[in-house]
Amino acid sequence: MTFDETQWLTVVLLALLAATAVIIVRRRGLWEAVMLSGIYSFLGASWMMLLDAPDVAFTEAAVGAGISTVLMLGTLALTSREEKPPKRPPWVPLAVVTATGAALIWGTFDMPHIGDPNAPAQVYPDPSYIERSAEDIDVPNVVTAVLSSYRGYDTLGETVVVFTAGLVVLVLLRGRREEYES
Amino acid sequence: MTTPPQTPSSQMKGLSILRVVATLAIPFILLFGLYVQFHGDYGPGGGFQAGAIFAAGFILYALVFGLGAARRIVPQRTVEAGLALGVLIFAGTGVASMLFGGNFLDYNALDSHDPVHGQHLGILIIEFGVGVTVASVMLAIFYAFAGRKRVEDPMAEPLLDGDGNVENEEPGP
Repeated sequence: MTFDETQWLTVVLLALLAATAVIIVRRRGLWEAVMLSGIYSFLGASWMMLLDAPDVAFTEAAVGAGISTVLMLGTLALTSREEKPPKRPPWVPLAVVTATGAALIWGTFDMPHIGDPNAPAQVYPDPSYIERSAEDIDVPNVVTAVLSSYRGYDTLGETVVVFTAGLVVLVLLRGRREEYES
Repeated sequence: MTTPPQTPSSQMKGLSILRVVATLAIPFILLFGLYVQFHGDYGPGGGFQAGAIFAAGFILYALVFGLGAARRIVPQRTVEAGLALGVLIFAGTGVASMLFGGNFLDYNALDSHDPVHGQHLGILIIEFGVGVTVASVMLAIFYAFAGRKRVEDPMAEPLLDGDGNVENEEPGP
């Protein structure tokens, strides 16, 4: 099996992702763990670019590496910078994680190869979306055409979910607003 | 109110570099957010990504120049209005297409002469709605987290007040 440059880059990125995950687990200092999780998101975003998914990479970089890191740092400022040492040896969690990981890897054997023209994503629900969108909507980015027009209801629902999440955070965390706004 | 902690002068020296870099970077971040917003039909991106990038620019501003300064530029009320406004723009486009005689969210109806132009118009407007909601939600969550620290533990180590005097600069009651 020979690898081209993109595949080598993928191997390196995935190895770095795994190494970062292991280091995060072994850290007791939460500040370092948050910083490393930002690096993890950035590596993930780079990998998404290799998979030709720049939309997802944008989101991962802005939300995962940027805003989540800031929010987690804000949380650390409210709590503690050190993780408490565990009371019991972690055999049960380790077994659960190993079993879940093995099941997930086993599941990937059923997945189609990257770029397989017969993959379900290419033939289902209907490839004519891609052919028709040029004439129906005439927007070069088919992803935008599908999300905004063909599946506008779904996107409206997602926007309402984002709105609800923001509203709930406001209600939960802003209870004592008068104290810092007065 | 308790007196806020004073930032040591050693931190001030580092911050002058941070301030210059942030001042240079933030306009480009916001411009890139606008590009992703209004170019989403042609390149990668769209409302969600643009909203996140736009909010990240303001959060960077808040981190470097202080929460109070950011609140003066984008007040809490604006953020709260933006949450709902985005969803209203999106759903309102659907209602508008019904008023023009189509189905809900059927953008073809928006332009009776040229359905494809109606599609372009509809996509542009609803993506703007998504962007407004996402940016507002990100900023609202950040404000809620960052503002809470001051209430709960005013003597904690300052994380968000850039010059250490931000709390003092807040206009009094």
